[in-house]
Amino acid sequence: MRSNIVKLIVLAIIGIICILLYGFYDIKGGFDYAFPRRMMRVGAMVVTGFAIAYSTVVFQTITHNRILTPSIMGIDSMYEVVQTLIFFFAGSSSIWVVNQYLNFTTALAAMILFALLLYRTIFRADKYPIYLLLLMGMIIGTFLGSSVSFLQVLIDPVEYLSLQNLLFASFTRIKVELLFIASIILLISFILGYKLLHQLDVASLGRENAINLGVNYDRLVMQVLVLSSVLIATSTALVGPITFFGLIVANLSYHFFATYRHSVLILGAGLFSVIALVGGQFLVEHVFEFNTTLSVIINFVGGIYFIYLLLKESRAAG
Amino acid sequence: MRLWVLILAAIILSFISLFIGAIDIKPADLLDWDSQQAQIFLISRVPRLLAIILAGAGMSIAGLIMQSLSRNKFVSPTTAGTLDAAKLGILISILLFSQAAYMQKIIFSFVFAFAGTILFMQILDRIKFKDPVFVPLIGIMYGNILSSITTFFAYEGDLIQNINTWLMGSFMLIISGRYELLYVSVPAIILAYLYANKFTVAGMGEDFAKNLGLSYKAVLNLGLILVAIISTTVVLTVGVIPYLGLIVPNIVSIYMGDNLRKTIPHTIVLGVVFLLICDIIGRVVVYPYEIPVNVTVAVIGSLLFLIMLFRGRAYAK
Repeated sequence: MRSNIVKLIVLAIIGIICILLYGFYDIKGGFDYAFPRRMMRVGAMVVTGFAIAYSTVVFQTITHNRILTPSIMGIDSMYEVVQTLIFFFAGSSSIWVVNQYLNFTTALAAMILFALLLYRTIFRADKYPIYLLLLMGMIIGTFLGSSVSFLQVLIDPVEYLSLQNLLFASFTRIKVELLFIASIILLISFILGYKLLHQLDVASLGRENAINLGVNYDRLVMQVLVLSSVLIATSTALVGPITFFGLIVANLSYHFFATYRHSVLILGAGLFSVIALVGGQFLVEHVFEFNTTLSVIINFVGGIYFIYLLLKESRAAG
Repeated sequence: MRLWVLILAAIILSFISLFIGAIDIKPADLLDWDSQQAQIFLISRVPRLLAIILAGAGMSIAGLIMQSLSRNKFVSPTTAGTLDAAKLGILISILLFSQAAYMQKIIFSFVFAFAGTILFMQILDRIKFKDPVFVPLIGIMYGNILSSITTFFAYEGDLIQNINTWLMGSFMLIISGRYELLYVSVPAIILAYLYANKFTVAGMGEDFAKNLGLSYKAVLNLGLILVAIISTTVVLTVGVIPYLGLIVPNIVSIYMGDNLRKTIPHTIVLGVVFLLICDIIGRVVVYPYEIPVNVTVAVIGSLLFLIMLFRGRAYAK
């Protein structure tokens, strides 16, 4: 346990170094202009990083695997689907769009429903092996994605522009106005989620054992699914979907901290996220001076890592 | 389902396809060969129909070849990185030669599609664990990795818009003079028919094939070359059409079984019918505008694939 605390502190220091580097590197002249803007981005990356870390780790605990993540199952595509449907049926000047809170809550409600539906139909039954689930998740993602593009072609071009504005988010085009709300949501979720952590530690023993030990398993699953949907919705609204990121940071954390304690795992995954996002953005922007977005690189690295994990699992299974 | 029913459907759909479009053309207009309508018919509508037929037949056959060679129902140009490799090849030819000629694009795209598919087949050989679902999973990820390499270099070379035009498979821009490359897939399809039984035998595995006196490597390479040729010609003229090579051979296999000589004609005609339906939907829904065919194919194709996954685990084995 003590060595894990040391590891966490080391990670936190590296994270802070990354943030400082990103904040102060090559900041000539317009300090007053550039610094607050960079800090806004850092803020968004920290919020996203922790949101993804939390939702991925708890999702993997209740589904008992280390490969499936909420975004691989297409839960974040649901955000785009709902926004597109709103624009398609109600239009950009309707209350569903103008009222940001209503808009966000609607998207959130749909994502929670989708997560519950996925859990009820394909996880709970235990009848599908993990590879089939993965493939289904990916194809569901493709299906939602292409249905969105199909509907988007049908939308009036002027409406489409404002929809694009709502959906087109990335690390370089972070929606600052959302950052404040997102941080509050993250904070509340973490406070509420803190109480669940010990139950989750027990839940990793499996459903039957957890129930024997006095955990109300089904209620726990429900709470966890709702909470991680909230966090995914928040991070998707803030920076858009990043498919393989949760997979990388969660698995890094499992390997680095050989523990079952969710407080350590989640904190560790969160710190890895911050280091990867802020450090990665620093490298992309200032060291390599790529035109590429960070997501492209994350998808590349994440894709290779994913294949590696699959091959490793398959050896264990075969 | 009888073959003639499919052929009849294909003919009716072709006829519909010829007479849909922003400009109203009636069969009677064609009697006057000099009229504007007749000109449009010859320059735009007929080439479009031919392109759909060639692409639909070609992609379906490419999928069928890959499925029998790998003995896995879920391997296809979409799920083995072939199409993504072809795209990467086109991008590299543009980066290397600032004004890549058509021939250079064809050669690069072909070499990449071929090498990319071979590499995937090599990876498959290494995998001991042959769950039928595991293979397309690796294949899709492999395609995603290739595709992110393409995106990376496209950003560096300011070619994002350029590659997005071939990401989008569409028959909108097909006019006479812009689709003839697709005829290359005709001999490829004929060869596929002639070698059908050998592909099946090669799919049984190297040792088995050699025991039966088959030159395994040659047959395997021939099959993959045919797949690469078809994929290249389709990506270069129409763009990426996903799922076609995956869905069509599987539907045929469900109602006809796996005797390639018998299923090839069905696969060809069903591929044409499927693509014609998707294209017609895309042209009618937002008339007089169009939805690119790859979007319609992806929506219908991924849905069908999902259904297959949900009900067909026993069947896939």
